[in-house]
Amino acid sequence: MSTDLPVLTAADFASDQDVRWCPGCGDYSILAQMKKMLPNLGVPREKIVFISGIGCSSRFPYYMNTYGMHSIHGRAPAFATGLKVARPDLQVWVITGDGDALSIGGNHLMHAIRRNVNLNIVLFNNRIYGLTKGQYSPTSPAGKRTKSTPYGSVDNPLNPLSLAVGCEGTFVARSIDTYIKHLGATLQRAAEHQGTSFVEVYQNCNVFNDGAWSYATDRNIKADHLLELEHGKPMIFGKDLDKGIRLNGMEPEVVELGKGITEDDLLFHDEKATEPTLAYLLSRMRKEDGFPEPIGVLRSVQHPTYDDGVVQQMEHVTEQKGPGDLNALFRSGDTWEVGADG
Amino acid sequence: MSITPQDTLHSDKDTESLSGATVRLAGDSGDGMQLVGSQLTNTSALAGNDVATFPDFPAEIRAPRGTRAGVSGFQLQFSSEDIFTPGDELDALVVMNPAALVTNIGDLQDRGVLIANEDSFGEKDLKLANLDHNPLESDKLNKYTVIKVPITTLTREAVKEVKNADGETLGTKEADRCKNFFALGIICWLYGRDLEPTIRFLDDKFGKKRPDVAEANTLALKAGWHYGETAELFERNYQVQAADLTPGTYTNVMGNQALAWGMVTAAHLSGKELFYGSYPITPASPVLEELSNFKNYGVKTFQAEDEIAAVCSAIGAAFGGSMALTGSSGPGIALKGEAMGLAMILELPLLILNVQRGGPSTGLPTKTEQSDLLQAMFGRNGESPLPVIAARSPSDCFDVAQEAWRISSRFMIPVIILSDGYIANGAEPWKIPDVNELDKIPISHPEAVAEGETFLPYSRNEDLARPWALPGTETLMHRVGGLEKEDLTGNVSYDPENHQHMTNIRQEKVDRIALAVDPVEVTGPESGDLLVLSWGGTYGACTTACRRSRDAGLSVAHAHLRWLSPFPANLGDILKRYRKVLIPELNMGQLSLLIRSRFLIDTVSLNKVKGKPFKVSEVMSKIREAVESLD
Repeated sequence: MSTDLPVLTAADFASDQDVRWCPGCGDYSILAQMKKMLPNLGVPREKIVFISGIGCSSRFPYYMNTYGMHSIHGRAPAFATGLKVARPDLQVWVITGDGDALSIGGNHLMHAIRRNVNLNIVLFNNRIYGLTKGQYSPTSPAGKRTKSTPYGSVDNPLNPLSLAVGCEGTFVARSIDTYIKHLGATLQRAAEHQGTSFVEVYQNCNVFNDGAWSYATDRNIKADHLLELEHGKPMIFGKDLDKGIRLNGMEPEVVELGKGITEDDLLFHDEKATEPTLAYLLSRMRKEDGFPEPIGVLRSVQHPTYDDGVVQQMEHVTEQKGPGDLNALFRSGDTWEVGADG
Repeated sequence: MSITPQDTLHSDKDTESLSGATVRLAGDSGDGMQLVGSQLTNTSALAGNDVATFPDFPAEIRAPRGTRAGVSGFQLQFSSEDIFTPGDELDALVVMNPAALVTNIGDLQDRGVLIANEDSFGEKDLKLANLDHNPLESDKLNKYTVIKVPITTLTREAVKEVKNADGETLGTKEADRCKNFFALGIICWLYGRDLEPTIRFLDDKFGKKRPDVAEANTLALKAGWHYGETAELFERNYQVQAADLTPGTYTNVMGNQALAWGMVTAAHLSGKELFYGSYPITPASPVLEELSNFKNYGVKTFQAEDEIAAVCSAIGAAFGGSMALTGSSGPGIALKGEAMGLAMILELPLLILNVQRGGPSTGLPTKTEQSDLLQAMFGRNGESPLPVIAARSPSDCFDVAQEAWRISSRFMIPVIILSDGYIANGAEPWKIPDVNELDKIPISHPEAVAEGETFLPYSRNEDLARPWALPGTETLMHRVGGLEKEDLTGNVSYDPENHQHMTNIRQEKVDRIALAVDPVEVTGPESGDLLVLSWGGTYGACTTACRRSRDAGLSVAHAHLRWLSPFPANLGDILKRYRKVLIPELNMGQLSLLIRSRFLIDTVSLNKVKGKPFKVSEVMSKIREAVESLD
């Protein structure tokens, strides 16, 4: 028997609100890919909720014709956790940015991931505070000159994927705003994963931090700076697909294929590895250290989810004790009678 | 379970009848005073007395042993009359060490009974209490009836035959842990309390796992009772008759427990799942612990990573359609402020519980205070009025929980509930209601609209409440958020007129609640010299003080506020009928500030922030002073 669901299109997911991001912002692309991808899931619009914090990216829920909440700075994962625990039947997305998720909201992000609540968290990383007009963020590189760091930042930046893997995230991935097919596919896999899905998206802020990701988006050079991960495949990159990643002791190294090095010498990607070690190693590969930066799914493993655990425990206790009886509860301690005669 | 009170032992000494007594058990925080205090409470309640308790313990789990900082006390008043407080001055005081004696003796009335464990008044014990002399030998104790009992020695003697499963006798440490029950035994003898409930408690608690411990404590308890009966120290013992309570089935409840039960009940009456998002904090944690038991009642508890996540998770659950509650104490509420403002502008139902403690900052975590009233009123950015309701006693917490949810869900507005450490940890008899006879709390959610119709998430009904549309409902998809909402559509709006309009509406919602709740009642003369206006946990002390002052011939009326925001609709009229208004508060005058600014009247304040509830006598002397100043 098949259920007839109305076939939805990207347009069905657009709300009636004007999109107010700056022209040319990377957020447009992410919004477009989300709207395009959601109909693939077969989940009715009314069963989807987008929750955001504060920042440019956090305007996202207003533009989606689903349920949504534009909450307070950094706390979206906490709202989403409460909602998902209360309503496991809903598909809950968290839309956040580098400042929202990693600075003011670091604590909530960490705990949502380690609990493995069945949420999809999409972090728009533009390495800058955009809504407040250009201060450095927790992902801005050291030395970055911004309005609040006129002599250069002396902060050590945070790596979002390392954080997610460190919290034993069960689904950790990265994509790029302009790499639209890859982005759509990555969002879809995130949605389909049971547990917390964490997706970092390299997103260009063309007003306050234009070109922050140009090495990863510029047609001429991106192939040398990106490593597209595929489960079970050797880690090969480069415009001519002539470079690879090999493990040397505990450290990865870039090698050139040929000259006695074959694909079999390379690291093979295993997103399902039980231990997060490989995913962590991949998350640490950065351009400034001479590595291509991995995109795609670093880790995708199955663990029990928090919201399932809550429901199962309730069912288990109810099975053991029977449904709660308030009149019995009130009489569970010592009781005494006072008669009409006092 | 229900039991029939029965005497297990009968005294042959002369028995004098009393209307009631106030007893305090004080010792080191490791001496188990809270445990035997609870047992004495239960036993007295089962005897049909009205009871009120005041546990007073240090913030440190194990303060240095034997020091003044480590003293833990449990005070209890039991009576054949209707009582509202754990009592002012003590009729009997049990002290387990010198530190307990010097920190508590001031509350013992002249000729009151002091029972001291003389075994723990050695040189080392005196040094720990920072004393250079033995206070038991001081002339200052002459005005009391001092009973020195070698409790440690007698307890060891009483339990020496007890053997564990391996046939070994108890070690000294284990034997000494039974001292508190020996002390309880003496008090039970002195006031004609039945031992049976305590023996049954010991059997329930230890009978299966450690029958030797159950046996030893039972023997210590009985030995204490027999000591009272046979030692030639007491001339007589006392009886306190059952109180004249409303007919029904009773049980003893503590404030936090009654609050938790009230919440589960409110969820049941409204057909909702209860979601509790919280973070451990004294003295609110017992609510989280209690609610976490109720998985089979559809209760979901979430111990969040911090106070902010706790309130945010509750707002998320409220958006999803749950009855959502977050709870904390003052410092935690401070952290929740921004999210509370969001919940207000989202116009979602939400309950925010503050079990107040001594402030500011970390303050006095285990002590009581009423100093978060202004925080509840104004502790958020912007114009963000919220309704505030305050519980007046442990059992009242049960009703307050339901009333708060009734208002919150009806008006689509977060409601702040104020309790305090004194109410939270205090206990009193509670007449058990039949759940099937409690008023239902009706809640409705809009259904999907027809094709072509527009859903307006910020349209309003006659209470100005907006529809609580739940995710999962077709065609009602809408977005809420902290940016100012456009009237009707809920879309983001920067329009100046709209902001003024929405701000007015949010205030008016709070104001209209005054018409939906009971007017404030006055006891005593309907007009005259003095009105005592109180709120929250000072209810008992103020009620008793006013009653006794009237008995002494003073013209004193009493009104107790349940809703602090909005004020009851009739409050302004009532205030005008008296020449003077006295406001006793465990803060520096927070309700006074609100009353003065709202009603433009003068008030007299009685303020105290010592971490302790008012004594009835303190309120009475202020009443007398206020009345006399009128002449």
